[in-house]
Amino acid sequence: MRIALEVWRQRSPEEPGRFVRYETTEASPDMSLLELLDVINEGLVSEGEEPIAFDSDCREGICGTCGFMVNGLAHGPLQGAATCQVYLRSFRDGETLFLEPFRAHAFPLIKDLVINRSALDRIITAGGYVSVNTGNAPEANTSTIPKDLAEQAMDAAACIACGACIAACPNASAALFTGAKITHLGKLPEGQPERGRRALRMVRAAAAEGFGHCTFAGECETACPKSIPLQVITQMNHDYLAARLRGEGRATARHIEPGTPKKRR
Amino acid sequence: MHLDGKIPGGPLPQKWERRKFEYALVSPANRRKYRVLVVGTGLAGASCAATLGELGYRVECVIFHDSPRRAHSIAAQGGINAAKNYQNDGDSVQRLFQDTIKGGDYRAREGNVYRLAEVSLRIIDQCVAQGVPFAREYGGKLANRSFGGAQVSRTFYARGQTGQQLLLGAYQALLRQVQAGTVRISPRTEMLDLVVANGKARGIVARDLVTGELRTFVADAVVLATGGYGNAYFLSTYARNSNATAIWRAHRRGAYFANPCFTQIHPTCIPVSGEHQSKLTLMSESLRNDGRIWVPLRAGDERSPEQIPEAERDYYLERRYPSYGNLSPRDVASRAAKAVCDEGRGVGPSGLGVYLDFSDAIRRLGANVIAERYGNLFDMYAEITGEDPYRTPMRIYPAIHYTMGGLWVDYDLMSTIDGLFVTGEANFSDHGANRLGASALMQGLADGYFIAPLAVGSYLARAKPPAVDATHPAFEAARKDTAARIERLLSARGKRTAASFHRELGKLLWDECGMSRNREGLERALARIPEMRERFYREILIPGHGESLNRELETAGRVADYFELAELICRDALHREESCGGHFREEHQTPDGEALRDDEHFAYVAAWEWREGEPPALHKEPLVFEAAPPMQRSYK
Ligand SMILES: Cc1cc2nc3c(=O)[nH]c(=O)nc-3n(C[C@H](O)[C@H](O)[C@H](O)COP(=O)(O)OP(=O)(O)OC[C@H]3O[C@@H](n4cnc5c(N)ncnc54)[C@H](O)[C@@H]3O)c2cc1C
Ligand code: SF4
Ligand code: FES
Repeated sequence: MRIALEVWRQRSPEEPGRFVRYETTEASPDMSLLELLDVINEGLVSEGEEPIAFDSDCREGICGTCGFMVNGLAHGPLQGAATCQVYLRSFRDGETLFLEPFRAHAFPLIKDLVINRSALDRIITAGGYVSVNTGNAPEANTSTIPKDLAEQAMDAAACIACGACIAACPNASAALFTGAKITHLGKLPEGQPERGRRALRMVRAAAAEGFGHCTFAGECETACPKSIPLQVITQMNHDYLAARLRGEGRATARHIEPGTPKKRR
Repeated sequence: MHLDGKIPGGPLPQKWERRKFEYALVSPANRRKYRVLVVGTGLAGASCAATLGELGYRVECVIFHDSPRRAHSIAAQGGINAAKNYQNDGDSVQRLFQDTIKGGDYRAREGNVYRLAEVSLRIIDQCVAQGVPFAREYGGKLANRSFGGAQVSRTFYARGQTGQQLLLGAYQALLRQVQAGTVRISPRTEMLDLVVANGKARGIVARDLVTGELRTFVADAVVLATGGYGNAYFLSTYARNSNATAIWRAHRRGAYFANPCFTQIHPTCIPVSGEHQSKLTLMSESLRNDGRIWVPLRAGDERSPEQIPEAERDYYLERRYPSYGNLSPRDVASRAAKAVCDEGRGVGPSGLGVYLDFSDAIRRLGANVIAERYGNLFDMYAEITGEDPYRTPMRIYPAIHYTMGGLWVDYDLMSTIDGLFVTGEANFSDHGANRLGASALMQGLADGYFIAPLAVGSYLARAKPPAVDATHPAFEAARKDTAARIERLLSARGKRTAASFHRELGKLLWDECGMSRNREGLERALARIPEMRERFYREILIPGHGESLNRELETAGRVADYFELAELICRDALHREESCGGHFREEHQTPDGEALRDDEHFAYVAAWEWREGEPPALHKEPLVFEAAPPMQRSYK
């Protein structure tokens, strides 16, 4: 089968980038799109040219390392699949595919299709955890979690931090990603003590990284390879607002200068 | 050198308690004076680094991934074992210990394995407290499933994503320490050498994969949690970037490599579909509960499976192992598949495949029940192969999946280099010659949360490593060495990619040192590898330069190390004149083709010492079995 690729090539963030065309007849329907890039790269290298830089690792849709735009769609044409799970049988013989990196202000480009997504780690660092030191834990079955709550937590916890939701969003908002973690931990009893604080800190961290605000365009839900539902954003907004209304994070101990005399009422 | 496993004295159940009490402590105020370097943030590394941070040490993490959450542990599907006995089916620490020793075909240390079984209880507690969404029963309590090699249900799971959820728990604990200021992480940074100064591990040399800069990291102790080396075989179920460079470089600096030939082959993976294939995908072992495995009776039968009548099919596992049938253990099922394909009865375009057929189960239970049980696996299969397993049988074939061998460590997880600790799949410690399903995750977290942090602290308290900095001659020398290795690769002016050599080496290893091995084949491999390595250095071509993101350079460095490692794997396989677990020597089998162990001569850990310009030296650590006396494994 014949597939042509128009690939975004950019040696470094400083240099300008452009689409470069690659044609191949070595494609076959049971080859994955990333394997096609491997084949093209092998050809480029044996001619002494620099191969196309792209990220991937597990190649089965779980590590979140891969990801670029295919014909304007984050992770390509299939719902519920990451870029590494796209096989050429999804395309027509003779088709041309445009490959370009996920673009967002908070995802600086490194090279070609490779971007820096460390902003996502920093959102988790701000509060995406339960504060429990090793050794603190009680016997596991002391907590009872209704099955459907556990399932909902798992649905949200399935996020692989690929960044497709951000690339697909007209505002480059990280709401689906952030909401997924807030929902995962917020559904479980272990996550309750820090629920408000977590929402406040993570939402603020996302804004500080330069991700945009959510206007419920809904593009993220379609792009997400793990089918994280939009409800996680509702949950995030709820937890955030509730924490704001409670004035969480603002209460500080009343400080009294030593030696201050009692006031007579 | 005498290899001392440093197993504490006393009865098995008291050994770990005793050792914990023997450990020296560092007072809380002094901990921040020590810097610990943890390479790798899979289950074994992230859990260890987070715990050390919580204790108050200054921790530095180095990973080649762009985020700690992407380590290969993320891909583990099935589950994690623990002897909780929540199902009241007779499980206990003692039973998990016995199962693991037997499953490992009596080639693991009793002391280590007993501790692993004990610690397993606390792992589940810790993970639940972190918010790991394990599967639950309707009553809200934790659910379990059963796994191979056990007659009890002790496997905890989070759908088919157990590794992902456990890793996210450890990753979040780690980032919490980043927030607290105790842990610093350097992503996209690959360790290329270990620095040993005055006989102690004191740091590493690493390459910043984005800028190409060589960086040195100085520390008071180093923990390697860099995963397994199965990618030496090129095609495997490992992630593409998993590699052996960290442990191999440590080996060359003095850490002994134990049982390198103990590699695990998983029977149910999607077969290779062509030359371009980049990796193999695992199909969970659980499918064998309802699927029947068969091949045509006649060699070279080209008919499609539906056209082959019942009488002309060979359900070879059911035939050869009537009592275990399709649920025979991994090593046995893999070898049986290879045997029928060698007879020319394999199926699919390459002839390297067997059918895993669900039509009986679908007739008996209905397609909806099967979909409920295995829907996501069926979808994954359809996505990759373009075939519908509800209509036509799956094709599967064995693939490299795990490495039981690794750097030798004592009971305290310290290698033969003072101050170098090794955790997780990178060490050799607990699985003997064959690992049971759902035990790798258990071991990684046991090492990381509960064992290494105490052992490292005790080492620091006793050794009180003197201050060194990156101007120490050992750092200077290691940096120069690394730069020279990179230069050598970049200066070759050939025409071939590193990947093409990797494929060639992997095929050789798979053919001669894969599912079954014999003297002739191993000797052939040992003769060919050095010749291949020489061609590699002559014929390789790496476009671009070293001062930027250069994937070809990264791959070439890893492949260069695979050549040396491959030789050691074959050498170890050649010396071990017995069959045990994943290591099957054709010369050593029972009359009906089963593995034949030789406890009299080979009940030891083979630990290899690197010697420059000479063959490696073999050191033996004898294994003593008191609580679990060896018996023959039989599945007939
Ligand atoms: C498909 C699949 C399914 C599995 N399912 C199960 C299961 O159900 N149950 C089970 O118990 N086990 C399972 N296993 C096995 C298990 O997943 C692994 O053994 C385990 O996760 C290994 O963890 P680790 O922490 O030792 O290493 P890894 O998770 O491999 O982490 C290695 C880390 O080291 C870093 N690293 C490596 N080299 C360098 C270097 N040179 N420089 C810098 N950083 C480096 C990497 O960045 C990474 O962070 C499965 C394995 C596979 C392949
Ligand atoms: S929410 Fe979905 S699209 Fe966004 S990072 Fe997570 S997995 Fe990727
Ligand atoms: S490479 Fe891991 S998700 Fe695609």
